[in-house]
Amino acid sequence: MPPTGAAEADVHVELSGVCKQFGAVRALDDVSLVIRRGQVHALVGENGAGKSTLGRIVAGALSPDSGELFVGGERVQFRSPREALRHGIAAVSQEAAIVPGFSAVENVMLGGEAQTVGIVRRRELRRRFAELTETAGFSIPPDKPGAAMSPAEQQKVEILRALTRNAELLILDEPTAALGAGEKRQLHEIVRSLVAAGKTVILVSHFLAEVLQLADTVTVMRDGRLIRTSPAAVESEQSLIQAMLGRSLDATFPDKQPPARDAPVVMSVRELSGQGVHRVSVEVRAGEIVGLAGLVGAGRTEFARIAFAADPRTSGEVVIDGRRARRLSPRGSLAAGLALLPESRKDDGLIFTRSVAQNVSIASLPRFARFGVLDFRAERRAAEDAMRRSTVSGRPAAGVGTLSGGNQQKALFARIILRSPRVVIVDEPTRGVDVGSKRAIYEMLIEFAALGGGVLLISSDVEEILGLAHRVLVMRAGRVVRELEGEEITESAVLTAAFEYEPDGRGEAA
Amino acid sequence: MSNQELPPAAAAQRRLPALELATLGRFAARGRRNGIVVAFVVLFIVLAFSSSAFATKTNLLNILDQQASTLIIAAAATLVLVAGNIDLSMGSVYVLAGVVAAQVAQSTSSTLAILIGILVGLGIGAVNGVIVTVLRINSLIATLAMSFVVAGLGSLVTSGNLIILLGHPGFGDLAGTVVLGVKSSVWITLAFVLIMGLLLTRTVVGHYMSAAGGNAPAARLAGVPVRLVQMLTFTLLGGAAALGGVIDDSRVLSAQASSDFGQTLTFTVIAGVVIGGTSILGGAGSVWRTFFGVLFIALIGNGYALLGLDPLYQQITLGGLMLLAVALDAWATRSTR
Repeated sequence: MPPTGAAEADVHVELSGVCKQFGAVRALDDVSLVIRRGQVHALVGENGAGKSTLGRIVAGALSPDSGELFVGGERVQFRSPREALRHGIAAVSQEAAIVPGFSAVENVMLGGEAQTVGIVRRRELRRRFAELTETAGFSIPPDKPGAAMSPAEQQKVEILRALTRNAELLILDEPTAALGAGEKRQLHEIVRSLVAAGKTVILVSHFLAEVLQLADTVTVMRDGRLIRTSPAAVESEQSLIQAMLGRSLDATFPDKQPPARDAPVVMSVRELSGQGVHRVSVEVRAGEIVGLAGLVGAGRTEFARIAFAADPRTSGEVVIDGRRARRLSPRGSLAAGLALLPESRKDDGLIFTRSVAQNVSIASLPRFARFGVLDFRAERRAAEDAMRRSTVSGRPAAGVGTLSGGNQQKALFARIILRSPRVVIVDEPTRGVDVGSKRAIYEMLIEFAALGGGVLLISSDVEEILGLAHRVLVMRAGRVVRELEGEEITESAVLTAAFEYEPDGRGEAA
Repeated sequence: MSNQELPPAAAAQRRLPALELATLGRFAARGRRNGIVVAFVVLFIVLAFSSSAFATKTNLLNILDQQASTLIIAAAATLVLVAGNIDLSMGSVYVLAGVVAAQVAQSTSSTLAILIGILVGLGIGAVNGVIVTVLRINSLIATLAMSFVVAGLGSLVTSGNLIILLGHPGFGDLAGTVVLGVKSSVWITLAFVLIMGLLLTRTVVGHYMSAAGGNAPAARLAGVPVRLVQMLTFTLLGGAAALGGVIDDSRVLSAQASSDFGQTLTFTVIAGVVIGGTSILGGAGSVWRTFFGVLFIALIGNGYALLGLDPLYQQITLGGLMLLAVALDAWATRSTR
């Protein structure tokens, strides 16, 4: 689209020839783009395609190396997010900035408090909060403390906060990545009501279905360049993926290879209870991928951590290959043949002060040691081999933080591969991961099962569960409420079970 | 906002967009890695040219002998910091082990007395470890509290008296035996520093220490026995502090509980470790750089004395260097996450 520079009535933001370089990486290469007022404009692309960088430039968090930015026809140069906000542009971050001890009202009004000589006027705050939620079309309990908020509620706080500052354009970067299915729907409603109220939304998302549902216009990016901008109505998941990858990639999942009828049980969890988990029993057979579905907060992650002995259990046992772990600790679980891919690779997975190779080998070090002294070469060779098998691209000796999100996740898979467990529990294995890495991760899980391993797959992405799992367990409020097999595994069956309210067996009718 | 798809340099920029923190971070990381060696060499050359008394074998060996206890303790303290903790009780342990050994030596063999002194240090180190890892009390506060307890025990043992060891020349052999023209205090120091360095870089346990300090929850899920490893670092440091204590007793053939040196020691050691580039946040550090960090501080002291400068400037220089080291650490860390 040629840059006009002139103020058309419906042009909200325009970028013209924007470039941005990070070291040797060209994050944005001559990008020109028009964003129209009152629309949802989605940016899609693989990790590293430059969509977040673009969002950050519009939000004033980064300044372009060259090129121009126009807001409402006026040329602007933002030096900080604060300056962008003065022009009505606000970014809603994925990692919400929430003060745990503050109520929803206080969190929303943070920094813009009504005050008299430094004293906060609570009643005034409340009144304005009520007005705000009225016009926004959604709400949160005003007294709910930040510490008790779900990720979706935190997002709402961020959005409301942006609205209090008269934001006309909101940039949502992966707003639903951390949300369960129900919360996702709520957020979609919020986006729609924002647009209904005349706001413009820039949506950065990995979820193509979501993009197609919400967006009016979609821009596909690849390697820092703009590939095309088109109305969402003419795009499909397939066409977007093709444009993102520059090649055709089967978006559907590989064919399922169900385990043999007489395949032995490799993991048997019996009546496991603990914080947030009530008497959950799960069996996984050799070669089987069992999906564990449910809403966020249903207790799936809690179950995974308790089963792996990362958190204490109050009762129940976990048997791997007929044996119980000798010690109830992650170390004991690993020794027994159970591995866990944790939900948060940043908090519970990677050690950022160490190299990629060291992150891969950390769980298997004693194998490369004699009398506690490491054989560096053997360690390095094995780590590199595991990296190859899990298609990690990056230098083994580089800091693990230099990898992209997808490669970081694959590095954690390499750690597991090197350990060669009997059973893996993978918790949200593809969260915040680009399409290419997603595919690689699916293939690894399928291969692991095909070689006789057992997989317990926890995912909030229902498609992923449907596409991979041979059997699905649905959790709600800390219990398994439904088991689905074969033809029974459908999106509506999974969602119905996850959303049902009576835990007394009436769900069977669904 | 997600920074998963950006190079880490960009993640740094998010926080301070106005500053080119990315470049600064890379520079800082390099500065942290090599800065101390470069600084050490430069200072060494400057001193060698400005004072003829500096670059003599006697002066240099003298520095090493004087720094023996500091170097030994700093080597072990590096492990505690790498594993994600800090220990403020090492000065008190140094004093207590010294007076216990001296006291025991009054009535039995010097060798046995030295061993008992070191055992006391290991024991207190283990207690520190249990308090921090099992009772989960913040190491800064736990070891600060322990430093008072241990200092009190020291005064209890000596009843406030100076213990003279002149009648026990065997005690002096620990530090004063000359082998190949170099005192045993220096040999012990070099051996101990080397062992700690190899332990951190070449062994499973050493890598576990780095992992535990880098991200404890992640290390635990990867099967690292985090508590055990952290406990080990405290125990080693307790033992090292005691070894330092008995070596210094042995050098001066006396011991006393009200040793100011003991209290200053804790801070000199931490200064040396930090100037050597070990991260105060844990997860990254190196024993041999600590070695240079401690010696660098010693050179400043020695050099300023040889040049006849006011010792006040020595303190100011030291403080400034620590700030610089910590700042480099902070910037380097920001650029890697």
